Amino acid sequence: MEQSRDIEVLIELMARLPGLGPRSARRAVLALLKKRGPLMAPLAQAMATVALTAKDCVICGNIGTAEVCPICSDDARATGEICVVEDVSDLWAMERGGVFHGRYHVLGGTLSALDAIGPDELGIPRLVDRARDATEVILALNATVDGQTTAHYIADALAGLGVRITSLAQGVPIGGELNYLDDGTIGAALRARRQF
Amino acid sequence: MEWRDQGAVISVRPQGETSAIIEVFTQAHGRHAGVVRGGASRKMAAMLQPGSQVDVVWRARLSEQIGNFKVEPLRSRAGVLDNRLNLAGLNAICAMLHTALPDREPHPALYARSIALLDALQTPGWPPDYLRWEMILLEELGFALDLTQCAISGSREDLAYVSPKTGRAVNRDAAGEWAGRLLPLPAVLLGQGPASPVEIAQGLAVTGHFLNRALEPTLNGKPLPEARARLLGILAKNGADQE
Repeated sequence: MEQSRDIEVLIELMARLPGLGPRSARRAVLALLKKRGPLMAPLAQAMATVALTAKDCVICGNIGTAEVCPICSDDARATGEICVVEDVSDLWAMERGGVFHGRYHVLGGTLSALDAIGPDELGIPRLVDRARDATEVILALNATVDGQTTAHYIADALAGLGVRITSLAQGVPIGGELNYLDDGTIGAALRARRQF
Repeated sequence: MEWRDQGAVISVRPQGETSAIIEVFTQAHGRHAGVVRGGASRKMAAMLQPGSQVDVVWRARLSEQIGNFKVEPLRSRAGVLDNRLNLAGLNAICAMLHTALPDREPHPALYARSIALLDALQTPGWPPDYLRWEMILLEELGFALDLTQCAISGSREDLAYVSPKTGRAVNRDAAGEWAGRLLPLPAVLLGQGPASPVEIAQGLAVTGHFLNRALEPTLNGKPLPEARARLLGILAKNGADQE
């Protein structure tokens, strides 16, 4: 079917987004075209604005629209706790929980020899500098081989600073049933058992 | 084309949004890659960690294609995650297998030792086993060390050095003024005496020298995998802390 070239370009660009393929991108574009006034125009305007203003926070690596993100510029969050996360999506997940009131450090990935990602690419020297003034560094990295390798590396890098280093607990998730857990998770949960 | 085997996952890379390309070290098919459909899902993530023991069925239309894996978990080795030395050992084993072994070439003896070593990682005292495993890896690559007798005198006594060119042992007296150019031969490489951290480090320096030579065409001027260097660093630090 012949489409306007501009619409085809839009579909091709939308299809590059995570979770969207060519067919779902076509459906999304069609939905936008049908709601040009109430949805498409404000969306286009918001995207254009964010494209111009989005910046990585110079302190923590979070994405915001200013040099320093709202979390780093909030004095109430100067608790001395730094939560180290792998990606901005992890920071957003922590913020959704609303239980952490300190600041963050976004690594942007994990150490990977295969992908030539070393400590400098992850901003670990910058984290070490920040940790000099911190009371606690919480390693909230994924419970994967790469995530925990990175966590141990960071713990080693911070070892001489005298700062408290902690990591998230690993074990049974809320709503989890033992019957469906893998043996690694059950083992981790058993090792991290506590007085009830 | 279809086969079924068991093995350890040694590397995982994302493929698109939902799939993963994994490499499994199997007994009958060696280091073999394949695509796991849905391998990027949360359900599969725990199973597809380096070191996990899995049962795989590989299917492809032609043998030269990368093919697809159907993966069933056998046992997890996630118990190593909370210990930096054990985790470094797991990373070093996986990285060395990934770097050193040619594709699709069976190495049953190395497979058996690799699985035994991966299983031993959660118990203390495995570093000497890792050293012996690297010697077997060298053997499989065709660079076996000959530490049975002195290359010069034929003596089996007081073997103190290894020739960096031939990989053969040299007796202390026979080494003479050449001793400075030879690699020190720790007793742990001969299967003798207690395996102190210093001796293990010396042994890994010897195997590292020959692994560098054996893998020169593959490494293309690059050093051995960073994961191995990290293991050596942790072993050295632990050794220094003990002294």
